[in-house]
Amino acid sequence: MPAALPGRLHQHGAKRVSAPTYDLGKLHGGLRLPGEKRQSTSTDIQQLPIPDQLILPLTQHVGDQADPIVGVGDTVLKGQMIAQTKDTLSAPVHAPSSGKVIAIEPWPVSRRFGDKAPCIVIECDGEDKAYEGGTAPRPYESMSPEELLIEILLGGIVGLGGAVFPTAQKLMQAISAPLEYLILNGVECEPYISCDDMLMREHADEVLRGALILMHALQVATCYVVVESDKPEALRNIAEALGEIDDERLILKQVPTIFPSGGEDQLVQLVTNREVPSGGLPTDVGCVVQNVGTAVAIHHWINKGEPLISRVTTVTGAGVASPMNVMARIGTTVEDVVAFAGGYTDRAEQLVIGGPMTGKSVTTDAVPLVKATNCVLVLSEQVPLDDEKPCIRCGECAEVCPIQLLPQQLFWYACADNEKQLRSHGLTDCIECGCCDLVCPSHIPLTADFRRAKARMLELADEKARAERARQRFESRNERMELEHQMRDQELSEQKQAARKKGQQAIQDILDRTRNNDDDDEG
Amino acid sequence: MEFKRRDAPYTVPTANVANVMQHVLLALIPAALAYVWYFGAGFVFNLIIAAIFCLAGEAWMLHLRKKPVEPSLYDFSALVTAVLLAFALPALTPWWVTATAALFAIVVAKHLYGGLGFNIFNPAMAGYVVVLVAFPLHMNLWTAPRMGDLDYHYMTIYETARYTLTGTFPDYLSFDAISRATPLDTVKAGLANLQTFQELQINPMMGDFGGRGWEWIGNMTAFGGGWLLLRKIIRWQIPLAVFAGLLVPASILYVLQPGIHPSPGFYLFSGGTILCAFFIATDPVSAATSPKGRLVYGFGIGFLIYAIRRWGSYADGVAFAVLLMNMAVPAIDYLTRPHIVGHARSSSNDD
Repeated sequence: MPAALPGRLHQHGAKRVSAPTYDLGKLHGGLRLPGEKRQSTSTDIQQLPIPDQLILPLTQHVGDQADPIVGVGDTVLKGQMIAQTKDTLSAPVHAPSSGKVIAIEPWPVSRRFGDKAPCIVIECDGEDKAYEGGTAPRPYESMSPEELLIEILLGGIVGLGGAVFPTAQKLMQAISAPLEYLILNGVECEPYISCDDMLMREHADEVLRGALILMHALQVATCYVVVESDKPEALRNIAEALGEIDDERLILKQVPTIFPSGGEDQLVQLVTNREVPSGGLPTDVGCVVQNVGTAVAIHHWINKGEPLISRVTTVTGAGVASPMNVMARIGTTVEDVVAFAGGYTDRAEQLVIGGPMTGKSVTTDAVPLVKATNCVLVLSEQVPLDDEKPCIRCGECAEVCPIQLLPQQLFWYACADNEKQLRSHGLTDCIECGCCDLVCPSHIPLTADFRRAKARMLELADEKARAERARQRFESRNERMELEHQMRDQELSEQKQAARKKGQQAIQDILDRTRNNDDDDEG
Repeated sequence: MEFKRRDAPYTVPTANVANVMQHVLLALIPAALAYVWYFGAGFVFNLIIAAIFCLAGEAWMLHLRKKPVEPSLYDFSALVTAVLLAFALPALTPWWVTATAALFAIVVAKHLYGGLGFNIFNPAMAGYVVVLVAFPLHMNLWTAPRMGDLDYHYMTIYETARYTLTGTFPDYLSFDAISRATPLDTVKAGLANLQTFQELQINPMMGDFGGRGWEWIGNMTAFGGGWLLLRKIIRWQIPLAVFAGLLVPASILYVLQPGIHPSPGFYLFSGGTILCAFFIATDPVSAATSPKGRLVYGFGIGFLIYAIRRWGSYADGVAFAVLLMNMAVPAIDYLTRPHIVGHARSSSNDD
């Protein structure tokens, strides 16, 4: 590994500017996709008004559901914790505005296909009164990393890049490993999405403040702030902010605009040229990746005392009248968000939460905006679903696969339900980025097929595990029965022997007695 | 508002099979023009007959297999088979020979194996080999290429059409009067007669490298193939490997014993080498599919072409080489899986 290059500082006008570095690792495949980001970046981030109702799912993160600590009818204040974590992997939820809890019930959410999940519904009073307790800034520099992590946990902060892994737990896991780099992910590689771009343009300083907190929590020596080349304004503003902070540990890295270089493992590979082992984590190669939005959320919580109650979301696509980025309270419905952006156009055909490559298709706009929602995408495309042709094995899918899989072979084995070959061809390593679908001349929905094959594999593994458990139960039952049988046999034979002995003894006793009696008689 | 559900990704793919095949057809135009220029209108008649029987066979089989006929007919894959066949056949070929090849290619080699995407063997080459074995006399009827300075008799368009449809020559011509050995035949027979390659090259038929006419058809084919490479319809691995597989043994032996071994340039520009490298071996369905596998597959074809030409009983070995390597594809693909990101380097090809 080449040693990390320090950010080169040079005079640029009156300000000190840190120039980006470009030394990069190799990433296989990927696609240069049309950005479609201009539509939503022509205006500044717009503040969304407080809606009448806020719907807050109890699970807005990877892990277990948070426990509600308010009841129906309770009055809550902005920033007040309304659901807490147990000791497991989870994150608390805070009230985004003041009002009254009117229900805790299942509500459609933006999981795949919009199933329902338990939510706390708050009727807002519009006064936006702030919660007094615990909103003071925390002097993090005088805290130990462990204390700081507990604070971060209480802020309800999760990874805002889309994976929503609870940040505190991710960092806790990370500090147990030897770390070299914190990588701040400003690579918003999916088309249409521009919320991180806008955040970096308008709040570059806050991004870096958050990075400093993270570096203190992790005790790492180097932080790469990684930004894609198609975001010149964000690059410039981060460079300027770096110049102002003047901390040599922070280094700006520019990466080419290739999808999916913003995936966690892909970014590690691109920035450090280290491959995250299959089934492992970036910490296995000394890296922690955090989204720039997460860094800002941490800065707001630690330095200003505001928990994670709002986020920047891109509302865009041909189905939205005026695409833009909004700063919205968590829990605002997608319907309200789209209405703020001018409503739907006639061409609105599909609602996607997330980007066009990996987002989730939902059936209703009643779903709330959650911590994970980086984009509300309303698309106009109507794809004929019946034009799938046979695979001609052209191998274009293998050319673009960032994991270097052979999707054409995987497809073959998925059709044949050949689990052994699916495993040896690395199906479980597929990140479902969708690149193979996009280049397939036969229009085969490969990613969907692989998703199903993975589910089937889990099912099979489950079945196997169940069968194995049943077998073990059966065998141990047999053993137990055998043992019982043996013990019973042994007991019986002991009893028999005892009885036999006893019997002989008894006869002997009787004989002795009679003999004695005879003797007595004689005597 | 309510919406329909879909699976990610939601972006519409741009490439399609028909487009791939159209590119292949367009890329063959320069070579086809060169072919017609040097060997006459027979190529056009062969092409028309092959196309009719390929498309009819495709429609018939799709109908029998109860598959929608139209979308598969318009993917142009049957037409590509027809064009490749027309390139493989001599310019003068009776229609029943062409029809047999076309029907075998489509009905047996393609549809009886499951249709587009499932055929193990390259349909055009399978069809060609069947007629090569079944009609050896007709398949040896190559005329002399147009030479300018040295003229043989050329048949008119009418005479060519008549031969194609009836298999008979005009009264004043005979098979022997019109047929000429191809450069590959000439070299093979000459070397067997203990002539040196340099002696054989004096024959004006031999051209600069690979024979009059042939080398220019080769140039035009390479031109089209280069365009396909630029458009990324085909990838570089197979063409490069075919050339390497042929040229490496050819160069080594030529350097060691230049008298008894033909030059690598001769083998490159004669027969179907260039057509094979860019258009036949690259048929994705029957070729190896992993990047490393394509190198192995192409090298195998190139080497087999050399081996058959040099030591086999056929003058050209393209079709046999391709079919032999088609059979090896599953094993090649299995043994050349690429390193999966995040896996240990050494264990990627285990089990």
